[in-house]
Amino acid sequence: MTVALSAVVRRRVRRRVPWPVWVFLLIPAAVELGWVFWPGINSFYLSLTKWNGLGAPLSVGTKNYTDLFADDVFRQALGNNVIWAIGFGGLSVAGGLALAVALNRPRRGVGIYRSAIYLPMVFSLAVTGLFWRVLYQPDGTINAALGLVGLKSWEHQWLADPNTALYAVLVAAVWRQVGYVMVLYLAGLKGCDPSLDDAAAVDGTTPWQRFRYVVWPQLRGVNTVIFAVTVIDSLRTFDIVWAMTQGGPYHSSELLSTYMFEQGFTFLNLGYASAIAVVIFALAILFIITYLVRATRQED
Amino acid sequence: MAAQIVLEAPPKEPPVRPVKIARKRRRGWVFHAVMTPLTLLWVAPMLFVVLIAVRSFDDISARGLAALPDSFDLGGFVTAVGDGGIALALVTSAEVTVPAVVLSLWLASMAAFALSRYRIPGRRAILLTMLAGNLLPPQILLIPVARISESLGIYDSLVGLVAIHVGFGLGFYTFVLHGFMRSIPTEITDAAKIDGAGTVQIYARIIMPLCRPSLAALAALATTWIFNDLIWSITVLRTQAKFPVTAALLNLQGGYVSNWNVVVAAGSILAAIPTAIVFFAFQRHFVSGLLVGSTK
Repeated sequence: MTVALSAVVRRRVRRRVPWPVWVFLLIPAAVELGWVFWPGINSFYLSLTKWNGLGAPLSVGTKNYTDLFADDVFRQALGNNVIWAIGFGGLSVAGGLALAVALNRPRRGVGIYRSAIYLPMVFSLAVTGLFWRVLYQPDGTINAALGLVGLKSWEHQWLADPNTALYAVLVAAVWRQVGYVMVLYLAGLKGCDPSLDDAAAVDGTTPWQRFRYVVWPQLRGVNTVIFAVTVIDSLRTFDIVWAMTQGGPYHSSELLSTYMFEQGFTFLNLGYASAIAVVIFALAILFIITYLVRATRQED
Repeated sequence: MAAQIVLEAPPKEPPVRPVKIARKRRRGWVFHAVMTPLTLLWVAPMLFVVLIAVRSFDDISARGLAALPDSFDLGGFVTAVGDGGIALALVTSAEVTVPAVVLSLWLASMAAFALSRYRIPGRRAILLTMLAGNLLPPQILLIPVARISESLGIYDSLVGLVAIHVGFGLGFYTFVLHGFMRSIPTEITDAAKIDGAGTVQIYARIIMPLCRPSLAALAALATTWIFNDLIWSITVLRTQAKFPVTAALLNLQGGYVSNWNVVVAAGSILAAIPTAIVFFAFQRHFVSGLLVGSTK
């Protein structure tokens, strides 16, 4: 009886969806299916083959993956990516959070400071990379500035030295990212309950205690999002490295994404490149799920 | 409780006040003493690039890259725009960005409308799957997308580039618009239904006009994303003459060995101007766009 009833209800509910609505949904869904999910699945298949783009892909099983872990350049790229995620994430979160706390309360000049710091956000990563590449030139502004403040011995061929290339690119990326993280934290701080902060102040707590025990716990949601977004971004990072060093010199600034692009589009090792892409995906998926879980909670 | 304490606090304050104000003023001084140099440091890279871009080639070769300008010369810009092909590339970028933004917001608004206003079975799963598509690392799509566009005959064409931008961005835009459309009260659409409005009319005449603020925020964000893209352009396009501005900039490096710095500085500034305009014109929308999906 209840089953029959619910079936009737369900049918009525389903009938309430008029047919144009299905068209509305199916066209975008088909576009995304065709341009995102279908290619994504294809990469998994290609990663099990050897293929140069001509003829049919030759199935080789898991050979690409075993090759990967014996590949020094791949291991270097993986290690660089870890450094990148920690450096890029850590520095931009620390800087962005500190600036957000400093610029949270309205006072004179805050607007100017905020705008100046998130202005680099509007530049593309490629343009940011080119800007800094000009500044990093051997006779460029950065070396001149170092000489000016008495650090002449620090002058350096920043992008040409394998020991510094990755970090030089990292500085440029953090310069651009800090403003974004700051904006996210400013929004998070706005969502904090000011009366809690006031109450703690009246109780005689220090500013640090108030931040650590009153504000920080309230930022948990923002922290989760920023953490997930930063790791996903680190794994995607491509443009700025490509614009500044193309992964060189001697693969010293190679990230997984640039190595994948090189293998796929320069050497046409399409199967091998797909395997690298699958590794990037495998590393990202956990953080994608974290973000999605958070997004679901927000929907409720 | 907390509010009560705050209310009780002021009477206690007067005796301490002079000290407090002095401390506050001193803290204000410290604040600016830290923030002003930091802000200048943040702006400095942009400033120096501008200073390099407006110097003449002779000035650079005679006095080095780091010297302060001794000349004012737009030769860098002229070379970048003309021989460097940046003017053409900027036009290409516009030709890609405008249709891609319009198409993706249009399709996303349709999907969001269907998912937010009707009881489609599994609608939450569909929504999250679409959002997940946008979060995928592009690397996993590059090779198959190049292949698929080849088999569709749109490889190395701007149509292919627009298509992949639309496909890849859709999930995020749908998710954001869905959140907004859900907050529109059902009474409004119910009233329209009783007055005999069909589904398409409700979408076009009621929901879309109400969504204008979030559409503006998304449009500002999508414009900068698509305009700033590099990886899809160099994946889907092969002919350099068809490159949008970001990809074209990277190609400058070959031709101008001696004056590379000036030409690239000038070209990069030109490439940054359109997004900077969008940013300043839609500053409020832009920031709210950045916040989308981050907090609540």
